[in-house]
Amino acid sequence: MAKQWVVRQRWGSFSVPYQALLALILITMVMLLVMWVSLCLGDTLIMPRDVLATFLSESSSEFAFVVEVLRLPRLLMAAMVGAALAVSGLVLQSMIRNPLASPDIIGITSGASAAAVTFLSLFAGLGMGWLPVFAIAGALVAALAIYVLAWRNGVTPMRLILVGIGVSAAMGAVTTLLIAVSSTATSITAYIWLTGSVYGSDWHDVRALAPWLLVSMPLTLCLARRINAQELGDQLATGLGISVQRLRLVLLGLSVLLAAPAVAYAGAVGFVGLIAPHIARRLVTRSFGLLMPATAMIGASLVMLADLIGRTLFQPLDIPAGVFVSAIGAPFFIFLLYRQRF
Amino acid sequence: MLISYQAVGLRSGLVLLSLLVLLLSFVVSVAFGQYTVPLHSVWDAFWQYDPNSIDHVIIHTTRMSRAIVACAVGAALAVSGVLMQTLTRNPLASPAIFGVNAGAVFFIVLFAQVFSVTTLNDYIWIAFVGASLAGALVYGLGSMGHDGLSPVRIVLAGAAISALFMSFTQGLLVIGQEGLDSVLFWVAGSVSGRELDTILPILPYLGAGLFVALLLSPHINILLSGDDVAKGLGQNTLLLKVALSVLIIGLAGISVALAGNIGFIGLVVPHMVRAFVGNDHKWLIPLAAVWGASLLLLSDVVSRFVLAPEEVPIGVVTALIGTPFFIYLARKGRKHG
Repeated sequence: MAKQWVVRQRWGSFSVPYQALLALILITMVMLLVMWVSLCLGDTLIMPRDVLATFLSESSSEFAFVVEVLRLPRLLMAAMVGAALAVSGLVLQSMIRNPLASPDIIGITSGASAAAVTFLSLFAGLGMGWLPVFAIAGALVAALAIYVLAWRNGVTPMRLILVGIGVSAAMGAVTTLLIAVSSTATSITAYIWLTGSVYGSDWHDVRALAPWLLVSMPLTLCLARRINAQELGDQLATGLGISVQRLRLVLLGLSVLLAAPAVAYAGAVGFVGLIAPHIARRLVTRSFGLLMPATAMIGASLVMLADLIGRTLFQPLDIPAGVFVSAIGAPFFIFLLYRQRF
Repeated sequence: MLISYQAVGLRSGLVLLSLLVLLLSFVVSVAFGQYTVPLHSVWDAFWQYDPNSIDHVIIHTTRMSRAIVACAVGAALAVSGVLMQTLTRNPLASPAIFGVNAGAVFFIVLFAQVFSVTTLNDYIWIAFVGASLAGALVYGLGSMGHDGLSPVRIVLAGAAISALFMSFTQGLLVIGQEGLDSVLFWVAGSVSGRELDTILPILPYLGAGLFVALLLSPHINILLSGDDVAKGLGQNTLLLKVALSVLIIGLAGISVALAGNIGFIGLVVPHMVRAFVGNDHKWLIPLAAVWGASLLLLSDVVSRFVLAPEEVPIGVVTALIGTPFFIYLARKGRKHG
């Protein structure tokens, strides 16, 4: 009996185990459910069918404003941020072959954070529109620094990790220092930014973030086979005809391309990049091409759910989504660890 | 043989040099600050204490306790970092992975809000209980597999439990802000404000922990060659792993309780020392203890001057001093394996 769905065509071939296919469908359904529930719940409770009606009917219903202007852009931001950070974590974990790697631990997020806090405490006069620019630049500089400092006749995963920890620690120190010296008001803004929040996102933000993902996500998927080979180890990968060094640079760049814009628009939402790939790995096979969509959707669901809890559970307070990502992700992950104990 | 003798000689020299640096750091830490105590007064304060002398009083009431805390915490963090990285076979692991920091902070916030505990001395015990509890939880989850404690599981379980406690803490802080002040101390980490009477009873436990770690070092070297090999050589790997976990949780728990969340030392000092002496734990453990203590002492001194009269969080200084050196060593690569 066939255990996988095989496609062989002139343009390429792939196979998907049925079990993974089932898991993927399940994850998709969970994500759509989270989206739907998020659109319903909030200050004004909207019935599920009314939410559908606002999308389907041409005439604007009474809830159109709440759904389409307030909730939908925020939801989409949460989804995109979660997906981007999760995939960035997956790429890093695959490249470095270490399950603890994530954009935060390697220094990409901390570079963006340091730059953003620098902006908030020293250059806030320029206008808040510059914050994402600073954050993306900070992430790029951090990643570049890590790569250059780790280079010695090529980079090895081990050196990349160690240098990454170092850069991350230095950036973290700069961030803490800036928060310590700046005024209380600035510190609070900085803290909220560091926790990560999609509060007050509008369509403008969505339009700004979406193009980045439209480039980086397909690009990542295209590299899936090489990443699979790279995970086998340097020697095997080289034997399979992969330029390991070049791939490593591309992957590092890709993880920045994924994480930096997300961090720039929503702040340093932690934990998604670390946990989403692991949850995905426990549900789907280890093949990167299948892991990636699963990771992206799990990351998206996590942040959307976290934001939903943050804005509904403690009304009228609006808690940053970053707070609850781990509150949801960690127990689920611990359950998965527990289930697979044999 | 000749080469190995030479290596031993070199390493002994390194240990001596490190001890000298530690002594120097200790003296500097006691002498310098907002108010500089002349060196001869430092000497006198130890041997001919005069309660009427301002210098002597400063040393006895604030500087001494600070230096001792920095010394003890630095050594404990560095050694538990070495053990953690060995136990999990992961260079990214640090004592914080066992959830000790997150556990300690959560318990402090919980007790501050629910039971209105406020004194610093009570906090030390609460923090230790929280740290051990989180550590035990991580250990339990990490060793549930059929082959006992597995490196990957423990690292993942630790990351998850830490994150969980952290988000509980944030949740509590959102609901009520009373815990915020007391928590900032732990989040930022500090070696100041401890009374000598509080610290002294704790030190013997720390000393015992470090000593046991040193005693276990030959066994740790064997464990390093892999579970199967170690078992084949007759080692009780399960017992050793339990012992190591208890040591890590104990050492890290005490240091979190004493000085709050000071990052970097537990993660980075082991790598620094490894660059010099390789993976031989007989040298790695004592040297890490001495280096960790010196680094924290010096960082504490620097933290008094950077933004004087304000003090910079000590974790910031450790990172800023240590990072360039650390990156240099990471580039240079390890000596052995």
